[in-house]
Amino acid sequence: MATPNRPLSPHLQVYRLPLTALMSISHRITGVGLTFGTLLLAWWIVAAAYGPTDYAEVQSFLGSWIGLLLLFGFSFALYFHLCNGIRHLFWDIGKYFELEQTRRADVFVLIGAAALTVATWVMVL
Amino acid sequence: MATQPHSLRSALGKVRGLGSAKEGTHHWWLQRLTALALIPLTIWLVASLIALSGFGHEEFVVWFGQPVNATIMILFLAMAFHHAQLGMQVVIEDYVSHHGRRMALIILVKFACYGLAVLTIVSILKIAFGA
Repeated sequence: MATPNRPLSPHLQVYRLPLTALMSISHRITGVGLTFGTLLLAWWIVAAAYGPTDYAEVQSFLGSWIGLLLLFGFSFALYFHLCNGIRHLFWDIGKYFELEQTRRADVFVLIGAAALTVATWVMVL
Repeated sequence: MATQPHSLRSALGKVRGLGSAKEGTHHWWLQRLTALALIPLTIWLVASLIALSGFGHEEFVVWFGQPVNATIMILFLAMAFHHAQLGMQVVIEDYVSHHGRRMALIILVKFACYGLAVLTIVSILKIAFGA
Protein backbone atom coordinates (compact mmCIF):
# COMPACT_ATOMS: atom_id res chain seq x y z
CA MET A 1 0.00 0.00 0.00
CA ALA A 2 1.47 3.36 -1.02
CA THR A 3 1.66 5.81 1.86
CA PRO A 4 3.48 8.89 0.55
CA ASN A 5 4.42 11.83 2.78
CA ARG A 6 4.39 9.74 5.92
CA PRO A 7 7.24 10.24 8.34
CA LEU A 8 9.70 7.35 8.38
CA SER A 9 11.49 6.00 11.40
CA PRO A 10 15.24 6.76 11.34
CA HIS A 11 16.70 4.93 8.37
CA LEU A 12 19.93 3.41 9.66
CA GLN A 13 21.80 3.58 6.35
CA VAL A 14 21.33 7.32 5.82
CA TYR A 15 20.61 8.69 9.28
CA ARG A 16 23.56 9.41 11.54
CA LEU A 17 22.51 8.33 15.04
CA PRO A 18 23.02 10.93 17.77
CA LEU A 19 25.40 9.98 20.57
CA THR A 20 22.56 9.19 23.00
CA ALA A 21 21.12 6.68 20.52
CA LEU A 22 24.53 5.08 20.00
CA MET A 23 24.88 4.78 23.77
CA SER A 24 21.46 3.15 23.93
CA ILE A 25 22.30 0.44 21.39
CA SER A 26 25.72 0.02 23.01
CA HIS A 27 23.94 -0.71 26.28
CA ARG A 28 22.29 -3.69 24.61
CA ILE A 29 25.45 -4.81 22.82
CA THR A 30 27.50 -4.70 26.04
CA GLY A 31 24.68 -6.48 27.88
CA VAL A 32 24.74 -9.36 25.39
CA GLY A 33 28.56 -9.38 25.51
CA LEU A 34 28.53 -9.51 29.30
CA THR A 35 26.11 -12.43 29.23
CA PHE A 36 28.63 -14.37 27.14
CA GLY A 37 31.37 -13.06 29.43
CA THR A 38 29.74 -14.81 32.39
CA LEU A 39 30.98 -18.06 30.79
CA LEU A 40 34.52 -16.90 31.57
CA LEU A 41 33.55 -16.01 35.15
CA ALA A 42 31.79 -19.37 35.56
CA TRP A 43 34.82 -21.25 34.19
CA TRP A 44 37.07 -19.48 36.71
CA ILE A 45 34.79 -20.24 39.70
CA VAL A 46 34.05 -23.86 38.74
CA ALA A 47 37.76 -24.54 38.10
CA ALA A 48 38.54 -23.20 41.58
CA ALA A 49 36.05 -25.66 43.06
CA TYR A 50 37.68 -28.54 41.15
CA GLY A 51 41.13 -27.76 42.55
CA PRO A 52 44.52 -26.08 42.09
CA THR A 53 45.37 -27.81 38.79
CA ASP A 54 42.21 -26.66 36.99
CA TYR A 55 42.49 -23.23 38.58
CA ALA A 56 46.07 -22.84 37.33
CA GLU A 57 44.87 -23.74 33.82
CA VAL A 58 42.31 -20.92 33.85
CA GLN A 59 44.83 -18.49 35.31
CA SER A 60 47.35 -19.24 32.57
CA PHE A 61 44.67 -18.77 29.88
CA LEU A 62 43.59 -15.45 31.42
CA GLY A 63 47.23 -14.39 31.54
CA SER A 64 47.75 -15.09 27.83
CA TRP A 65 47.33 -12.26 25.33
CA ILE A 66 43.93 -13.52 24.19
CA GLY A 67 42.81 -13.92 27.82
CA LEU A 68 43.96 -10.41 28.68
CA LEU A 69 42.20 -9.06 25.57
CA LEU A 70 38.96 -10.78 26.60
CA LEU A 71 39.31 -9.47 30.16
CA PHE A 72 40.00 -5.96 28.91
CA GLY A 73 36.89 -6.04 26.72
CA PHE A 74 34.90 -7.56 29.57
CA SER A 75 36.03 -4.84 31.99
CA PHE A 76 35.14 -1.97 29.65
CA ALA A 77 31.78 -3.54 28.75
CA LEU A 78 31.06 -4.04 32.45
CA TYR A 79 31.90 -0.45 33.39
CA PHE A 80 30.01 0.97 30.42
CA HIS A 81 26.93 -1.11 31.23
CA LEU A 82 27.22 -0.17 34.91
CA CYS A 83 27.56 3.60 34.31
CA ASN A 84 24.97 3.73 31.52
CA GLY A 85 22.70 1.47 33.58
CA ILE A 86 22.75 4.01 36.44
CA ARG A 87 21.73 6.66 33.90
CA HIS A 88 18.88 4.40 32.76
CA LEU A 89 17.70 4.08 36.37
CA PHE A 90 17.56 7.88 36.58
CA TRP A 91 15.49 7.91 33.38
CA ASP A 92 13.20 5.32 34.95
CA ILE A 93 12.36 7.71 37.79
CA GLY A 94 11.75 10.47 35.23
CA LYS A 95 14.92 12.49 35.68
CA TYR A 96 17.47 14.00 33.23
CA PHE A 97 15.42 13.72 30.04
CA GLU A 98 16.31 17.21 28.74
CA LEU A 99 18.58 17.22 25.68
CA GLU A 100 21.34 19.13 27.43
CA GLN A 101 21.20 16.71 30.39
CA THR A 102 21.33 13.63 28.17
CA ARG A 103 24.36 15.07 26.37
CA ARG A 104 26.10 15.72 29.68
CA ALA A 105 25.23 12.20 30.90
CA ASP A 106 26.65 10.74 27.65
CA VAL A 107 29.98 12.38 28.43
CA PHE A 108 29.86 11.39 32.11
CA VAL A 109 29.18 7.75 31.24
CA LEU A 110 31.90 7.54 28.59
CA ILE A 111 34.55 9.25 30.72
CA GLY A 112 33.47 7.25 33.78
CA ALA A 113 33.66 3.91 31.98
CA ALA A 114 37.04 4.75 30.41
CA ALA A 115 38.49 6.05 33.70
CA LEU A 116 37.31 3.00 35.68
CA THR A 117 38.75 0.65 33.02
CA VAL A 118 42.13 2.40 33.08
CA ALA A 119 42.17 2.55 36.90
CA THR A 120 41.39 -1.18 37.12
CA TRP A 121 44.17 -2.18 34.76
CA VAL A 122 46.66 0.12 36.46
CA MET A 123 45.88 -1.75 39.69
CA VAL A 124 46.03 -5.21 38.12
CA LEU A 125 49.13 -4.88 35.94
CA MET B 1 -23.75 -15.98 14.93
CA ALA B 2 -21.60 -16.75 17.93
CA THR B 3 -22.15 -14.69 21.06
CA GLN B 4 -19.58 -11.98 21.55
CA PRO B 5 -17.64 -11.97 24.83
CA HIS B 6 -17.70 -8.75 26.84
CA SER B 7 -14.06 -8.04 26.15
CA LEU B 8 -11.97 -6.37 23.47
CA ARG B 9 -9.12 -8.84 23.99
CA SER B 10 -8.76 -11.64 21.47
CA ALA B 11 -8.92 -15.23 22.65
CA LEU B 12 -5.29 -15.79 21.58
CA GLY B 13 -4.20 -12.64 23.41
CA LYS B 14 -5.89 -13.89 26.57
CA VAL B 15 -4.22 -17.29 26.39
CA ARG B 16 -0.79 -15.75 25.98
CA GLY B 17 -1.36 -13.27 28.78
CA LEU B 18 -0.87 -10.35 26.42
CA GLY B 19 -2.64 -7.04 26.54
CA SER B 20 -2.81 -6.58 30.29
CA ALA B 21 -0.11 -4.69 32.14
CA LYS B 22 0.42 -7.38 34.77
CA GLU B 23 3.12 -9.57 33.21
CA GLY B 24 5.01 -6.79 31.45
CA THR B 25 5.42 -4.66 34.55
CA HIS B 26 6.68 -7.65 36.50
CA HIS B 27 9.46 -8.29 33.97
CA TRP B 28 10.37 -4.60 33.83
CA TRP B 29 10.38 -4.27 37.62
CA LEU B 30 12.59 -7.34 38.18
CA GLN B 31 15.04 -6.03 35.57
CA ARG B 32 15.36 -2.76 37.53
CA LEU B 33 15.45 -4.44 40.92
CA THR B 34 18.30 -6.74 39.87
CA ALA B 35 20.06 -3.77 38.22
CA LEU B 36 19.91 -1.79 41.46
CA ALA B 37 21.23 -4.75 43.48
CA LEU B 38 24.03 -5.26 40.96
CA ILE B 39 25.49 -1.76 41.40
CA PRO B 40 27.14 -2.40 44.81
CA LEU B 41 27.59 -6.13 44.08
CA THR B 42 29.52 -5.41 40.85
CA ILE B 43 31.78 -2.90 42.58
CA TRP B 44 32.50 -5.52 45.24
CA LEU B 45 33.12 -8.23 42.60
CA VAL B 46 35.59 -6.06 40.69
CA ALA B 47 37.41 -5.20 43.92
CA SER B 48 37.65 -8.94 44.74
CA LEU B 49 38.87 -9.78 41.24
CA ILE B 50 41.56 -7.10 41.47
CA ALA B 51 42.58 -8.36 44.92
CA LEU B 52 42.76 -11.98 43.73
CA SER B 53 44.33 -11.27 40.32
CA GLY B 54 47.94 -11.68 41.37
CA PHE B 55 47.36 -14.76 43.51
CA GLY B 56 46.71 -18.48 43.18
CA HIS B 57 44.21 -21.11 44.23
CA GLU B 58 45.06 -20.97 47.93
CA GLU B 59 44.13 -17.30 48.25
CA PHE B 60 40.90 -17.91 46.30
CA VAL B 61 39.90 -20.62 48.80
CA VAL B 62 40.79 -18.43 51.79
CA TRP B 63 38.84 -15.47 50.34
CA PHE B 64 35.64 -17.42 49.70
CA GLY B 65 36.10 -19.42 52.89
CA GLN B 66 34.92 -16.25 54.64
CA PRO B 67 31.12 -16.40 54.97
CA VAL B 68 30.59 -12.72 54.11
CA ASN B 69 32.59 -12.99 50.88
CA ALA B 70 30.83 -16.21 49.89
CA THR B 71 27.44 -14.63 50.60
CA ILE B 72 28.12 -11.51 48.54
CA MET B 73 29.49 -13.62 45.68
CA ILE B 74 26.39 -15.84 45.68
CA LEU B 75 24.15 -12.76 45.73
CA PHE B 76 26.11 -11.36 42.78
CA LEU B 77 25.76 -14.62 40.82
CA ALA B 78 22.03 -14.92 41.51
CA MET B 79 21.33 -11.29 40.55
CA ALA B 80 23.68 -11.27 37.54
CA PHE B 81 22.30 -14.40 35.89
CA HIS B 82 18.73 -13.33 36.58
CA HIS B 83 19.43 -9.89 35.10
CA ALA B 84 21.23 -11.41 32.09
CA GLN B 85 18.39 -13.79 31.36
CA LEU B 86 15.78 -11.00 31.54
CA GLY B 87 17.83 -8.71 29.29
CA MET B 88 18.60 -11.40 26.72
CA GLN B 89 14.90 -12.24 26.53
CA VAL B 90 14.06 -8.65 25.57
CA VAL B 91 16.84 -8.51 22.97
CA ILE B 92 15.71 -11.82 21.42
CA GLU B 93 12.06 -10.70 21.40
CA ASP B 94 13.06 -7.50 19.60
CA TYR B 95 15.33 -8.93 16.91
CA VAL B 96 14.30 -12.54 16.23
CA SER B 97 11.10 -12.38 14.21
CA HIS B 98 10.66 -16.09 13.40
CA HIS B 99 8.28 -17.35 16.07
CA GLY B 100 9.77 -20.81 16.64
CA ARG B 101 13.37 -19.62 16.58
CA ARG B 102 12.52 -16.83 19.03
CA MET B 103 10.89 -19.25 21.45
CA ALA B 104 13.75 -21.77 21.13
CA LEU B 105 16.41 -19.10 21.79
CA ILE B 106 14.60 -17.70 24.82
CA ILE B 107 14.26 -21.19 26.32
CA LEU B 108 17.93 -21.94 25.59
CA VAL B 109 19.11 -18.69 27.20
CA LYS B 110 16.93 -19.17 30.29
CA PHE B 111 18.03 -22.76 30.82
CA ALA B 112 21.69 -21.83 30.30
CA CYS B 113 21.52 -18.88 32.71
CA TYR B 114 19.78 -20.84 35.47
CA GLY B 115 22.15 -23.78 34.94
CA LEU B 116 25.24 -21.57 35.17
CA ALA B 117 23.82 -19.78 38.21
CA VAL B 118 23.34 -23.03 40.13
CA LEU B 119 26.70 -24.44 38.96
CA THR B 120 28.67 -21.37 40.08
CA ILE B 121 26.77 -21.05 43.37
CA VAL B 122 27.37 -24.73 44.19
CA SER B 123 31.07 -24.20 43.39
CA ILE B 124 31.30 -21.24 45.76
CA LEU B 125 29.44 -23.20 48.46
CA LYS B 126 31.81 -26.14 48.06
CA ILE B 127 34.77 -23.82 48.66
CA ALA B 128 32.98 -21.98 51.47
CA PHE B 129 32.27 -25.22 53.32
CA GLY B 130 35.85 -26.32 52.77
CA ALA B 131 35.02 -29.56 50.96
